[in-house]
Amino acid sequence: MAEKSVIEAIREAMYEEMQRDENVFILGEDIATRGGVFLATQGFLDHFGEARVIDTPLAESSIVGISLGAAMSGMRPIAEIQFADFIWPAVNQIIGEAARARYGSKGILEVPMVVRMPYGGGVRGGLYHSQSVEAYFAHTPGLYVVAPATPYDAKGLLKESIRSNDPVLFFEHKRTYRQVRGEVPDEEYTIPIGKAEVKRKGSHITIITYGLMLHFSMEAAEQIAKEGIEVEVIDLRTIKPIDKPTILDSVAKTGKALIVYEDNKTLGVGAEVAAIIAEDCFENLDGPIVRLAGPDLPAVPFSPPFEDLFMVNTTKILHAIRNLSAY
Amino acid sequence: MTIKIDLPQVGESVTEGVIGRWLKKPGDFVEKFDPLVEVITDKVNMEVPSPYTGKLIAILAKEGDIVPMGQPIAEMEIEGLSDDEPKKFTPDEDSKRRIGTLIHSPYPMGPTGTSNLDTSIVKEDVPKTQRHSPAVTRLAKKHNINLSKVKGTGLGGRITRQDVFNQTSFSEQASTFKPSTKTEPLNVNVEDQIVELTPVRRMIAESMSKSATTIPQVWSILEVDVTNLVKLRDSLKEAFQEKEGFVLTYLPFFVSTVAQCLKNHPLLNSTWNNHNIVLKKNINIAIAVAAPHGLMVPVIKDANHISITKIARKISELIVKGKNGQLTIHDVQGGTFTVNNTGALGSVASQPLINPPQAAILTTEAIIKRPVIINDAIAIRSIMNITLTFDHRIMDGQEAGAFIIDLKNRLELIDSTTKINSAP
Repeated sequence: MAEKSVIEAIREAMYEEMQRDENVFILGEDIATRGGVFLATQGFLDHFGEARVIDTPLAESSIVGISLGAAMSGMRPIAEIQFADFIWPAVNQIIGEAARARYGSKGILEVPMVVRMPYGGGVRGGLYHSQSVEAYFAHTPGLYVVAPATPYDAKGLLKESIRSNDPVLFFEHKRTYRQVRGEVPDEEYTIPIGKAEVKRKGSHITIITYGLMLHFSMEAAEQIAKEGIEVEVIDLRTIKPIDKPTILDSVAKTGKALIVYEDNKTLGVGAEVAAIIAEDCFENLDGPIVRLAGPDLPAVPFSPPFEDLFMVNTTKILHAIRNLSAY
Repeated sequence: MTIKIDLPQVGESVTEGVIGRWLKKPGDFVEKFDPLVEVITDKVNMEVPSPYTGKLIAILAKEGDIVPMGQPIAEMEIEGLSDDEPKKFTPDEDSKRRIGTLIHSPYPMGPTGTSNLDTSIVKEDVPKTQRHSPAVTRLAKKHNINLSKVKGTGLGGRITRQDVFNQTSFSEQASTFKPSTKTEPLNVNVEDQIVELTPVRRMIAESMSKSATTIPQVWSILEVDVTNLVKLRDSLKEAFQEKEGFVLTYLPFFVSTVAQCLKNHPLLNSTWNNHNIVLKKNINIAIAVAAPHGLMVPVIKDANHISITKIARKISELIVKGKNGQLTIHDVQGGTFTVNNTGALGSVASQPLINPPQAAILTTEAIIKRPVIINDAIAIRSIMNITLTFDHRIMDGQEAGAFIIDLKNRLELIDSTTKINSAP
């Protein structure tokens, strides 16, 4: 099996789906002639032509608006938003329209649209290239919110998202693009939306995480195992809908839950996970549900030492594991 | 006037200090704030400044002394201060209110993950009576555990879920064969030693508990005159040892006789099957053998069809296997009746527990020479007690009594004419 980076896996997923289904097309800023700012669509213009690989103006509202209309007309658009930080002009198209189209039309209108968004910090990107915005969208019914962490999951979930008949917001952590490599099968496969995965088995503490934080959590789990603490690590993979059974099964077993996410702590994905555990797993809890997340700052800071302070990392996770383990 | 200099309070959690080097000696003139003495605490090392200008006249705590905060360490003579005018600062009520009072919360903040929790401080502050986590509460209720008797190993002595599991491990297993009994929490002291159960120990425990709690057992004890058996065995044992290479014991005689006797008493060789009784066709005698990890009960199959010598060989083989831990499942399966030669340990009476799913068990006790009355004359005879425990669900005293009397008569009939090499 070949080792691939996350960005290669994403490129492959789109390439294969565009070959498989001629209704699939891509649009976004600089995605055609320049192959995208992260080169996710490099070479696509030559292969699929300008009718299916479309450079757009700097206008997110129109990128998503065009996608929305095309999707309602039977096409399968993949919209690339250059950075998730820039999504705000398109929020009305996503939340106001795409999320409600099926419901509001009694199922007549479908929106088979994928909005790809590179997100997350730890890349010295500063205030406008580091945001985590997934929680805003996960609040809204009618949207799928997907956030893979590995090349394998990225490819399988993106293919599944492109085939979905409802809108999917596909969050790709920038730092994983080239820094995370892993095996990706040559054979065709997809991964169902809404299924978390236990990435590491353990019996003492459950870590629930997603995105870049999965990799730090895995690092921490491996290190702390030397101290005799066995951590079970759950990668949510899909944020909306959240895979409750996988979380509850694990916490019922371990009795302790640590939720690790990069976004600001307050009202983030971790708040929902904590509530799920408190509601449905109360009698199995043997310690406080702990959230380890970014501080409530307006943005990821640009100054390197401040950014390091902002970001959850392996050391912080180790510290949280030790505290919760000692409880 | 003379003033005592106290060891000042340094840091909130420090209660005492070790006196280091004195920097002034008695007789020295000391300016206010001049360093007087070095003090070492577990948090800081510091020089104590003189609070006054004056003459050091006495050192009350010498180098190396451990002194509580606030205790006097020296005396100074101060000019200009009269004895009736002690210089002491007392804050007025107004300023007290402005400053307020620092409240030390007795409750620690839970680990929030992002904040650094200093566990060493929290430990001291956790109150003795505390609330339990939902998991601990639920498990304690389920297993009837008095949490006040459980020693917590968590943060600040909190009882963790694992602590409760440790208490329940026994009762969890016990509950599989003792459905209605409540297990009292075991009070384990620090000095007590915990011996983990080996699989064999656990098996014996389960089997014996099942026997004791599910089978209504009745026992009966009889005296058997084995004088002639003793004589026979004495006459055979040297030649036997030479030929076979091991000692001829009484056990093969007992096993053989029991097997023969069982043929006429099928109820003793049966199994209780809830709605019926299964009379076993084969007579397989189980014998108790001490093995490294505990009692093993290997089986002599079809003991009613083989000679005493063959039984002796089989027993010898099983004992060797048992001692070497080599007994296989095949060796211990299928017993229909157990004979336990407790006499080998010197016992004269015992009350054996049935080895489920068998119907009865027999012990043969120590053979002891005793004066007995035969035909109104006193004779010295070799006497042995035998105890039979039987399942009262399967039979009554009449059937069991008939068996044990029959067995007694058969044992007493063993004499020099008994053939040990031919199959019965």
